[in-house]
Amino acid sequence: MSQTLPAPEPVETQQAGAEVLLRALKEQGVEVIFGYPGGAVLPIYDAIFQQNAIRHILVRHEQAAVHAAEGYARSTGRVGCVLVTSGPGATNAVTGLLDALMDSIPLVCLTGQVPTHLIGNDAFQEADTTGITRPATKHNYLVKRPEDLARVVHEAFYVARSGRPGPVVIDLPKDILIGKAPYMSAPTVEHRSYRPQTEPDRVAIARAVALLKSAKRPVIYSGGGVINAGPAAGAAMTALVRKMGYPITNTLMGLGAYPSNDPQFLGMLGMHGTYEANLVMHGCDVMLNIGARFDDRVTGRLNAFSPNSKKIHIDIDPSSINKNVPVDIAIVGDAGRAIAMLAEAWDADPTEVDRPAIAAWWKQIAEWRGIDCLKFTQTQVAGGIIKPQYAIQRLYDITRELGRETFITTEVGQHQMWAAQYFRFDKPNHWMTSGGLGTMGYGLPAAMGVQIAHPDALVIDIAGEASILMNIQEMSTLCQYRLPVKVFILNNQYMGMVRQWQELLHGGRYSESYTDALPDFVKLADAFGGTGLRATSVDQLDDVIREMIASPRAVIADICVDQKENCFPMIPSGAPHNQMILGTEHGDNIADAGAAKLTDAGMALV
Amino acid sequence: MMSPVIRSATISVLVENEAGVLARVVGLFSGRGYNIDSLTVAPVDDNGHRSRINIVTSGTDMVIEQIKAQLDRLVPVYKVADLTLGGPHIAREMALIKVVGIGESRAEALRLADAFRARVVDATTESFVFEMTGSSDKLDAFTALMRPLGLAEVSRTGVAALARGTTII
Repeated sequence: MSQTLPAPEPVETQQAGAEVLLRALKEQGVEVIFGYPGGAVLPIYDAIFQQNAIRHILVRHEQAAVHAAEGYARSTGRVGCVLVTSGPGATNAVTGLLDALMDSIPLVCLTGQVPTHLIGNDAFQEADTTGITRPATKHNYLVKRPEDLARVVHEAFYVARSGRPGPVVIDLPKDILIGKAPYMSAPTVEHRSYRPQTEPDRVAIARAVALLKSAKRPVIYSGGGVINAGPAAGAAMTALVRKMGYPITNTLMGLGAYPSNDPQFLGMLGMHGTYEANLVMHGCDVMLNIGARFDDRVTGRLNAFSPNSKKIHIDIDPSSINKNVPVDIAIVGDAGRAIAMLAEAWDADPTEVDRPAIAAWWKQIAEWRGIDCLKFTQTQVAGGIIKPQYAIQRLYDITRELGRETFITTEVGQHQMWAAQYFRFDKPNHWMTSGGLGTMGYGLPAAMGVQIAHPDALVIDIAGEASILMNIQEMSTLCQYRLPVKVFILNNQYMGMVRQWQELLHGGRYSESYTDALPDFVKLADAFGGTGLRATSVDQLDDVIREMIASPRAVIADICVDQKENCFPMIPSGAPHNQMILGTEHGDNIADAGAAKLTDAGMALV
Repeated sequence: MMSPVIRSATISVLVENEAGVLARVVGLFSGRGYNIDSLTVAPVDDNGHRSRINIVTSGTDMVIEQIKAQLDRLVPVYKVADLTLGGPHIAREMALIKVVGIGESRAEALRLADAFRARVVDATTESFVFEMTGSSDKLDAFTALMRPLGLAEVSRTGVAALARGTTII
């Protein structure tokens, strides 16, 4: 196989490993690295110092470097790049790597390692990085020979972005970075063993179209795969779904692929999805899943999930198909290609769709929509307490009115679900949230990565007061690089989602979910060199939002919200889609869907 | 629809012979809660670039399909073949079986070994080590018979498997 690769250069012109590394990164199009120096990676930092092509952003914690690279990757569609040192540098990065793995985000993370002759000796700052990160990455490498270095870097980028994207670690012993190494350009030949299928099967596409045309109660359910396939895939899906005239729902990861103000859009589905989206999933007869993975937050109780439907599943990862939910038509391939082929086959198939049945289905959906499951009551009396839903709604309305390009990141918890429900997305790649791993502390560093990639855009981290403290040190990074990220904290002094579960499932025993000694976020922002703002009542909210957005600096807006508010609708763990808890606004309105029962089996689920 | 019955599957995986590849495969099984009933691995081409891993596992059809899909997406994996589903195949392993005893039980052990076509590869006045190659069932049956006759220790290689006929994976 080696003879098919470009020939390495002769010894006399070879450079140090660290320089070869940077050259390969440059060839791969890397413009920004998020990192933190340390002993094992000093040769790389020395090489970075002596060049200008690649910009380095100095974070304050390695986990944040990875989340920042995730934000960069998700908002640009490019591969994010991270550089950390050995030992604790690498172990601190692990949470971010697993986050990227679960949300299919392409990253290359360079980790320092002790020199090859010390590996296995429990040397200072030594960790078995490839061992530790093996289940947290798509793939990882330990470079033990200088002649492998350039090839491994090129291969890592190929693996990170190909097929289902994911994080790749390259572990770099210090002697490899210091010693001479040959350079090699990116290979133009196919990878030896990793060749994911991206082209869908034409016969399966035709069968899918026939099934979709025969549907009486269809639904399209799309996920992060459509986002990863690029903006063109989202646009093509939107055109196709409009042509079909069928309802569509998005997963948390898929928001933005379909314009959320479109009448065919049902909102997000799943545990905190809309009433209509979940009932459509439950009652449909044909389901088209594009690039989503039947996650447990989406399906609820598996044996009651969409019991009467034929299911079509398009996924680039064959292991996602038939993993949780058995499907009738499996299509392996890139979502963008699959959508294009579906559109073609849809036009080519002369069968007419059952318009009367579809009209009846929309009539039923209109009834479900009539429940207005996201309804809430906000007092407008001066001094009135702010509802968290209202805060997000005003944030959305004001950013929309200003018309600036806006990116939203979130931390994890109630605020995240409210953001998904009340902020409306029209474009892909503008919504960054930790879906699979549910990493508190994700939003601030992710926003930092987004702002680096889009210096003129408005980047807002919708946060909770608990999550934000998990990576608050990045305020320092924001101020160093003058990144005007806005942190919009829905402050209820509780770990809200924990409190909500304790209220609903654990008899209201609020064990350790109340934070007794929160910092003064206004002073905290000030201490870091940013701007702090606070709204404690509804009459102050709009002014704070406008001031926050207008500020040229990093801002923390501390929005003090109703402490008792819960996130509804909610499908409790272990319940099916047609058993949702609606908010107190709805009184007995849940009767027709069957009240959700909290079961012992469900209690055991997360 | 797929059968909910738990079945055994012999899966062969052709992998790049590189550091950590076995750990990736084994980690996948432990991390996702799959069973490994037997596992063998060794380089199988001349220049040592590729190794073959044979895994005997068990699960429902859905789980076995999932195992194959998970294996197939590992970067250094060339090919995954389900020999159990793929048609007739042979799956054999070798065992070394030490039996310690004297008198009639020792003589009986030797007679049974002969009947099972086991070879004596070591003998003392108080012990035999038998070598036996065959299906896992046959090895199980023989070791069960040896138990009352002074079975002391068993070392088994795990299963090596190939499809019958001209088929290759």
